[in-house]
Amino acid sequence: MSYGQTPSQTVGPFFHFALPDEKLETLVTGQTKGERIDIEGRIVDGDGAPLPDALIEIWQANSEGRYDHAEDKQEKALDPTFHGWGRSATDMDGKFRFHTIKPGPVPGPGNTLQAPHVNVTVLARGMLKHLVTRLYFEGEKLNADDPILARINEPERRGTLIAKKSGGKYVFDIVLQGDNETVFFDV
Amino acid sequence: MSDPIPYKPQDNSAWPPSLFPPYKSTVKRAPTKPLVIIPQTLSEVTGPVYGHSKVEKYDNDLTLGHAGEPLGERIIVTGRLLDEDGRPVPNSLVELWQCNAAGRYAHKVDQHPAPLDPNFTGAGRCMTDAEGRYKFVTIKPGAYPWKNHHNAWRPAHIHFSLFGPSFLTRLVTQMFFPGDPLFPFDPIFNGIPDAKARDRMICKFDLDLTQPEWALGYNFDIVLRGRNATPMEH
Repeated sequence: MSYGQTPSQTVGPFFHFALPDEKLETLVTGQTKGERIDIEGRIVDGDGAPLPDALIEIWQANSEGRYDHAEDKQEKALDPTFHGWGRSATDMDGKFRFHTIKPGPVPGPGNTLQAPHVNVTVLARGMLKHLVTRLYFEGEKLNADDPILARINEPERRGTLIAKKSGGKYVFDIVLQGDNETVFFDV
Repeated sequence: MSDPIPYKPQDNSAWPPSLFPPYKSTVKRAPTKPLVIIPQTLSEVTGPVYGHSKVEKYDNDLTLGHAGEPLGERIIVTGRLLDEDGRPVPNSLVELWQCNAAGRYAHKVDQHPAPLDPNFTGAGRCMTDAEGRYKFVTIKPGAYPWKNHHNAWRPAHIHFSLFGPSFLTRLVTQMFFPGDPLFPFDPIFNGIPDAKARDRMICKFDLDLTQPEWALGYNFDIVLRGRNATPMEH
């Protein structure tokens, strides 16, 4: 027997006292292995106006390229100080931020290798269901052969998923509509 | 490494479109370009696992933690977190939030001129047990106005946030109460195309869950996106 899925509803504008916690923006401790990075971004709507009521969540592998999850059976070391999940509520300027490490590459379909990336979930008032996308890193050689980036038919849109290094941070803006609209996935 | 066993497709009769103009805020926030279809990889079939240590014993009782008891009709909300084959999803984080009995959120942005309740914040969390069961004690939230259209009111609801076993099973939804007269007028509820799917967001009153002289009981089972088979079966 099949049970019907429970539908998605918007997170609404009033989640701040329940879901976010500044601590969830920092995924690392002093002991975490890997290259420390700061991610910062701004999310804007079709008018270019910032969203002050969005919630961004990330999920990523550790510096070796292993996820802290039972289904990742790779023979790479887990890092007991790194679990790979973070959450940041946008501020009045639509900005979110994470302090984490750069993930290692993980296996892709077939025998491919996926370039280092962070999986991103976008929730907000005005979104009946969340959106998913990915953050890749500027200057990363593996981007050229990434099997997921290759699925994006218009090469110029791939750039919307590449975080740019600026002022010591990786900047990843999320554009919901328009010319520079971020690529979102159906997966 | 072999490719992961995929999750079933999202059920588009149950899931809303991104653009639903009766809910006005979707108009400037829905993507205008088609989503890019990608295969499920290790990145999608894994997902965050929460430890018990982060959830405290009384986090599932929203009537506690203040100087006094909140105003309103005390209720018990319980149910199971399941996948589409009815398999329980154990040990998974459930987060919940709501307004108070007067229809006001403990949130600075909420300007509805209804009273705040000093004895009610309205946020809770718990982990599902081995059978996928969760349980909260709270008060019944009120309906409240919003500015989507003239005389717009949200039916009473409780927000739920679920993770399940993977990045693909993430779900944020709302639980409604049986027989609410506001259902036909709510564009968020009606953003779900299929009437049967909408009904799955309505909890069921349950006399067996109701505790005499204390609280009404409601059951609300939540069904996450399932999988073609579990990894253990392969």
